[in-house]
Amino acid sequence: MITRYIFSRHDKAGMIFLICSALLAVLIPAGNLLLPADSPFHVPDHVVSLSGKYLCYASLAIALDLVWGYCGILSLGHGAFFALGGYAMGMYLMRQIGPRGVYAHPVLPDFMVFLNWKELPWFWHGFDMFPFAIFMALFVPGLLAFVFGWLAFRSRVTGVYLSIITQALTYALLLAFFRNDMGFGGNNGLTDFKDILGYNIQSRGVRAVLFFLSALLMIGVYLVSRWMVTTSFGKVVLAVRDAEPRARFLGYRTEHYKLAVFTVSAAMAGLAGALYVPQVGIINPSEFSPANSIEAVIWVAVGGRGTLVGAAIGAFAVNLMKTIFTTGALAPYWLFMLGGLFVLVTLAMPKGILGAISALADRLARLRRPRPTLAAAE
Amino acid sequence: MQTGRMETTQALLYLDGVSVSFDGFRAINNLSLYLAAGEMRAIIGPNGAGKTTMMDIITGKTRPDEGEVLFDHGQYDLTRLDETAIANLGIGRKFQKPTVFEDQSVADNILLALKGPRSPLSSLFGWRNNVAAERIDSILDTAGLLGERDRRAGEISHGKKQWLEIGMLLAQDPAILLIDEPAAGMTDAETMQTVQLLKRINKDHTIIVVEHDMDFVRALDCKVTCLHEGSVLAEGTLDSVAGDQRVIEVYLGR
Repeated sequence: MITRYIFSRHDKAGMIFLICSALLAVLIPAGNLLLPADSPFHVPDHVVSLSGKYLCYASLAIALDLVWGYCGILSLGHGAFFALGGYAMGMYLMRQIGPRGVYAHPVLPDFMVFLNWKELPWFWHGFDMFPFAIFMALFVPGLLAFVFGWLAFRSRVTGVYLSIITQALTYALLLAFFRNDMGFGGNNGLTDFKDILGYNIQSRGVRAVLFFLSALLMIGVYLVSRWMVTTSFGKVVLAVRDAEPRARFLGYRTEHYKLAVFTVSAAMAGLAGALYVPQVGIINPSEFSPANSIEAVIWVAVGGRGTLVGAAIGAFAVNLMKTIFTTGALAPYWLFMLGGLFVLVTLAMPKGILGAISALADRLARLRRPRPTLAAAE
Repeated sequence: MQTGRMETTQALLYLDGVSVSFDGFRAINNLSLYLAAGEMRAIIGPNGAGKTTMMDIITGKTRPDEGEVLFDHGQYDLTRLDETAIANLGIGRKFQKPTVFEDQSVADNILLALKGPRSPLSSLFGWRNNVAAERIDSILDTAGLLGERDRRAGEISHGKKQWLEIGMLLAQDPAILLIDEPAAGMTDAETMQTVQLLKRINKDHTIIVVEHDMDFVRALDCKVTCLHEGSVLAEGTLDSVAGDQRVIEVYLGR
């Protein structure tokens, strides 16, 4: 049933996006591992890990577009769900270090030994098992979104008020995770990872696999989101976005719909965070910073909101620019550029990059078609 | 028996002694209204008479300060339910300003309104994903919108949006339709078509219509209730209401 929706209702942009993603998922790891370093098509290691990171951002952007573009919930705290998923993975990676830490404690991570803790806090149990950590990367962000959304949507908090409390949510988590006694490594967060599933996390093979999985995740997040918005569920969600009171008078429990979208989106963001952490090698409280969540909103706006594909394009485009401009002489001005880009896109391309591309494609198609002439009319 | 009362009323919809104030202003003042099953009722009254507020109370948007609002022969106490629950009991509403889902097609608007399960899970997996086009088309045909089927609802004319909203009510198939100013912004021809549409719907639905347009109300040819300052001023045929001295005073000003 799911596959029927995936293959029967694909727009052109979605099809191109899927094909390109699948090609990238195979070609980049292949170009990195199989081709010799002097080949012109060789993909350097740093490109693999960098683009793997982008793929995780793109998954986050698609998840955010699902709630913002389709359901009209402008979440300024989606980075929190991403970071929570990241922490779940980070905890697993810390447990994988085992006795190889600086203090060589058989069970406790270094920062706990440093803080003179005698035993593992209860919430660290189980994280030595990979499937449990992956489950928690989905479950914890999902549960937080469910509880938060249940309270907010039931009380009919909407619009800018909702955006502000999502921002407050991520800021509160930032402050909480900064504290050493929270048990998540405080300011320094979790780092110095060694292995994942017994394989060296730094090795080229593992990095290529992580890249491949990130591409797979992005495709998966896209397909799940696409499926949700093309069923009648998606039509109700659009109805909630455009005229929520009307949907209520039609007999829809709009808060249940918002809750479903918000929770699914948060769980997908968490999974993206879980794949992000082993590729960047660290997770710390700065991932909860409100600026991160706002940046994700900018990706979606730049790419074109309410399109899913556009969100992914936006995440790639903005982060590519960020990588380019924050390394050169222009680095101090990056935030100005980002702000300027947001203003420019909002004013000049209200439908984002994807909207501009499809408008251009329409115009080209019209040019190619022979124009009706007076002679033809006679 | 949700209300726990033994008393049942004859009326499908029963409002008794209902009052509500906003910031000290009594929008509805000791209003009583009884509606029999199958009836068509026109509500008239000058601006600020409380017509829309009355609809808000029936549909759960506004909670009355006092009074009883009972539905389905006293079975349900509407003052205890929210908009969604009341809609699912079978009370449908058309707003004064036509409110449709502008970004979606006319057909999808009808699809969303179709009577049936409304939970998120049923929308993801349920029958609403496989509704036969004929079912939607027959409703569009009744509402005179078959030609607009695939247009974006935001693009169609104001008058057609009114019909679309009535069509959505038809799809919802409620026991009572509350229709707020259906003829607003319509041409005379469209107004008379709307009358015919409502009469057709009235064959198997109970209808309350709020309207200013007296020609429209006359054409409906039904019992009329005139509201003033939140309570019933006069009730009866249009001629008897229009001939009532107090009604004339209210409309012409004192």
